[in-house]
Amino acid sequence: MSPGLLGAALGVALALVLGVSLTVGAASLTLGEVWAALLGRLGGPSVDPLVEGIVWDLRMPRILTAALVGAGLGVAGVVMQAVTRNPLADPYLLGLSSGASFGAVAVLLAGLSFLLPIAAFAGALIAAIAALGLATGMGGLTPARTVLAGVAVSAFAAALTSFVVFWFVTGDSYREVLSWLLGSVAGARWPEVLIAAGAVLIAGVPLLLTGRTLDAFAFGDTAAAALGIDVPRTRWLMLGLAALLTGGLVSVSGSIGFVGLVLPHAVRLLVGPGHRALLPLSALAGGVFLVLADTLARTVFEPRELPVGVITALVGAPVFAVLLLRSRRLA
Amino acid sequence: MSAGGPAGGPGEGRVGLGPAGLTVAGLTVRVAGRTLLDDASLEAPVGAVTALVGPNGAGKSTLLRALVAAHARVRGQIWAGGVDLGALSRRERARIVAFVEQDAHTDLALSVRETVALGRIPHESRWRAADARSAAVVEQALTGLGLEHLADRHIGTLSGGERQRAFVAQALAQEPTLLLLDEPTNHLDVAAQLHLLELLAGLARSGLTVVTALHDLSHAAAYSAHTVALAGGRVVAEGASDAVLTPAFVERLYGVRAARTSNPITGRAGFAFAPRAPQQD
Repeated sequence: MSPGLLGAALGVALALVLGVSLTVGAASLTLGEVWAALLGRLGGPSVDPLVEGIVWDLRMPRILTAALVGAGLGVAGVVMQAVTRNPLADPYLLGLSSGASFGAVAVLLAGLSFLLPIAAFAGALIAAIAALGLATGMGGLTPARTVLAGVAVSAFAAALTSFVVFWFVTGDSYREVLSWLLGSVAGARWPEVLIAAGAVLIAGVPLLLTGRTLDAFAFGDTAAAALGIDVPRTRWLMLGLAALLTGGLVSVSGSIGFVGLVLPHAVRLLVGPGHRALLPLSALAGGVFLVLADTLARTVFEPRELPVGVITALVGAPVFAVLLLRSRRLA
Repeated sequence: MSAGGPAGGPGEGRVGLGPAGLTVAGLTVRVAGRTLLDDASLEAPVGAVTALVGPNGAGKSTLLRALVAAHARVRGQIWAGGVDLGALSRRERARIVAFVEQDAHTDLALSVRETVALGRIPHESRWRAADARSAAVVEQALTGLGLEHLADRHIGTLSGGERQRAFVAQALAQEPTLLLLDEPTNHLDVAAQLHLLELLAGLARSGLTVVTALHDLSHAAAYSAHTVALAGGRVVAEGASDAVLTPAFVERLYGVRAARTSNPITGRAGFAFAPRAPQQD
């Protein structure tokens, strides 16, 4: 498939899922009602304030957060896989999700849930810094050392989280904690949109421009150096930006698995491994996929909601398996 | 060009085979407290193949990797075609020096054309798509190495010889003046080995400076004009291949018995080896 074609298809799909997603939910709205409500707050004729509230204050921020988180995870996944040359790398590689979880769970249990994004972001970045520092101390940021350091930091932060959960969580907070750990955008309002957009703008957009640099790593560090890349500096910069991006996203959504790991592979199977196309297409695919998954999460078992992380794996894993089976003829 | 170059200055051709395509002065590489390359100085003539020989661990790969700035801690000076590489940015350097690694590998499903196009990275703007000239250079490299019919194949599906030619094509797409190769005939069948060596000789004749590590001393004797011998991270001999690669020197360098032979088909020089006699130990 040509990258342009897939890009166009994903663009249409994104517009479609954004629109449809605004209409479905506990209160079923028609496209016309949604449109009227959208215009209503932009100075158009006023509509039922309840409908306007549902569209503008509940659904829209949640959907935009899902789109931004999905897009960011797609980009971060591509970058992590490229600079570690590891197909199993995901955005949380450096212990980011475990670090964020610890920060989040700690403040949730302390009853300071308004601090949650800050605590999760801090936890994620502390974990990333620890992992990068550990790998550097081991002798430099080679792919293998980076992965191993991430595993070590991840395991430690996860153990801390488990300890805190086991010791302090009671019936009431259990659900809140578990839902955060599984990843969810259910509570996202406009501040969360701003945080996710900030992360995507500050760290995600610069990463979108690194396609050719990531290409240079295809045959390893020496080959990249011979193509004029400053390997240690570039790897620090890429991992740092990817950690910043993922840290920002995880602070609003918890760690949503699967998106950043598998969508880059799916896009690669469709358009090939060139990163100049892979980065923006993975961002688009991530956005479409997470909005779709979150829409399913809040509608399929109405009035109950599933954490979106459960859906991303339930829906995404079989789709990915099909793609893998199809790709056998390509290899 | 920097002051303080080797005697005679870079590019003036101490080697007597025309101007120097590569001049290295006092190159030292230390990794984790170990000296892998110790004060190496050497030259390689333009328009000829220079062979790097020496036993395993002698520092051949270290030297080549240092020439493409793949090591963090390097001391010493390097000129390519009279240009001081130390004064250049990495990107500028990669437009002058290209490197074909030993056993390069990727898990990505890159086509041969995409692999060759990686060689354009040092010439490309980060902001724009590849221009028409870049695409033409890639096609020319593919054609020049007889790869046009394989251009859309996945790099992992090629034979060893075809893959090695694709990597040479990638290096040529960098439009270098200096081409470095690390054991390029490794794992190739005899036909592919000869094909590659003829190719390198042809590239040298067209004006490129070719420096290649070689294990097979018969290849070195037959295809290189100039030889640099390394042992224990030091340059132990350098000069015209005929003069350096004497049986006595080869015996000392590798700890084997060696005799010069003449290839009965081509008449070119070669080597025959035997283990050291047990009573000599």
